[in-house]
Amino acid sequence: MSLLVIAEHDNASLKAATLNAVTAAARIGGEIHILVAGSGCGAVAEQAAKVAGVAKVRVADAAHYGDQTAENLAALIVANAAGYTHILAAATSNGKNTLPRVAALLDVAQISEIISVVDADTFVRPIYAGNAMATVKSADAVKVITVRTTGFDAAAATGGAATVEAVAAGADLGQSKLIGRELTKSARPELGAAKIIVSGGRGMGSGENYHKVLEPLADKLGAAMGASRAAVDAGFVPNDYQVGQTGKIVAPQLYIAIGISGAIQHLAGMKDSKVIVAINKDPDAPIFQVADYGLVADLFAAVPELTAAL
Amino acid sequence: MKILVPVKRVIDYNVKVRVKADGTGVDLANVKMSMNPFDEIAVEEAMRLKEGGKATEVVAVSCGVTACQETLRTAMAIGADRAILVETDVELQPLAVAKLLAAVAKKEGPQLIILGKQAIDDDSNQTGQMLAALLGWSQATFASKVVIGDGKATVTREIDGGLETLDISLPAIVTTDLRLNEPRYATLPNIMKAKKKPLDVVKPADLGVDVAPRLSTVSVAEPPKRSAGVKVADVAQLVDKLKNEAKVIA
Repeated sequence: MSLLVIAEHDNASLKAATLNAVTAAARIGGEIHILVAGSGCGAVAEQAAKVAGVAKVRVADAAHYGDQTAENLAALIVANAAGYTHILAAATSNGKNTLPRVAALLDVAQISEIISVVDADTFVRPIYAGNAMATVKSADAVKVITVRTTGFDAAAATGGAATVEAVAAGADLGQSKLIGRELTKSARPELGAAKIIVSGGRGMGSGENYHKVLEPLADKLGAAMGASRAAVDAGFVPNDYQVGQTGKIVAPQLYIAIGISGAIQHLAGMKDSKVIVAINKDPDAPIFQVADYGLVADLFAAVPELTAAL
Repeated sequence: MKILVPVKRVIDYNVKVRVKADGTGVDLANVKMSMNPFDEIAVEEAMRLKEGGKATEVVAVSCGVTACQETLRTAMAIGADRAILVETDVELQPLAVAKLLAAVAKKEGPQLIILGKQAIDDDSNQTGQMLAALLGWSQATFASKVVIGDGKATVTREIDGGLETLDISLPAIVTTDLRLNEPRYATLPNIMKAKKKPLDVVKPADLGVDVAPRLSTVSVAEPPKRSAGVKVADVAQLVDKLKNEAKVIA
């Protein structure tokens, strides 16, 4: 049995989410290959070859894979799918964009955002914003799977010695073209990979308050910054800050929820965090039902005090 | 240009979901059902394109049980011109829905299909991408802005870490993210008008599509409960707990 993991990368470095997908593949069992599709992505292939447990890295290096557009990427994966029982990718925006396209071209179901492996055909995935856990069994010959990164530890990034081979690039389908990217520039860790997350909600009152009050705390802790959907809807911060059912799913060592009431859609995105702290002036806020440590206080006094005390 | 808008009937956003005691699924008896919120955004976007002179007709489509007619009436109350129900009692999974929608699209010939990025019941996030694959069309998922140009659409997408803008050739599939627009409320006169708009019903067999599920549900369980911890008195006690009890900060 062999499994193909699709590398998540930016042509320069392998993203950590790939390591979680490799662990999911290892739980299923079999020979693990990584497909790196990109443009000038030799360094990514070298990193992928060092990942523990990987037997082979296959590299498709061509200009039209550089932007990871779904049409070209899916066609390439399908063209190289023969012989694999499982095709996996991390459930990042790229993985979620591309893999269903692969599944449909192979005429198989996709199993989305698995959080554990029961056996080679059977997986557990959250449904209804994580309010229920479904165990599903696939009858398809090839299992196409996206992996929720918080469900699996990262594989070791070093220690492996996989062989690297080139695979032929497919034609450029020319159906979509990247015009530009506006990535949030930040010296902070990525939300998905952060050990500590400081997150703000509607209680922040404004975007100005969000930054003024939370940034010093995040700086002190070396934390990533997140937000509830209410804070995003209110325009305090961009959508890529959003933690929750329709945003990012995170599970840091420490999650500090500030001015967040704790709607079920938000809890769906953070309740697997190791330690949760909630600071909210409403003692009945649902966030206190999942918090390890709750502080009922006015955030505008408590957060600067906390920042100063650290 | 014609726009097709697939809509799904799901458990209402505000309902607290309960897992059935026998572990076969969640309890849907006597539960309020509504249009999937991301699909409402899709209908709204189609209406804005029509009102802006970019589209001539908006057709809503739903796949599922007879009661999905209500969801289609809601789409028509927002403004869709007519509706198609692909009626079946079989449990539909994303691949089957994508095949049904592809068959409808081949008959209807839209230039654009706009649908929600995911449904809030199964959280699959698959149908739009699968539909694009089956039709061989371009796709722009998780859209926060859509501009129709000459033979193309310029779509801004929500991606990890920010935004990206793609030019995609038409015909194309767009899936909606939250910030694309704020859907309007259907007014009473429009709800009344929607009752008179045409709603066609077809069966999967009429479309030549096999909708048999590929995944079987072994069991559905409650997620592990996280229990509430303690309330701390003040910031000093919080810092002490984090350092000495949880040991998550140095």
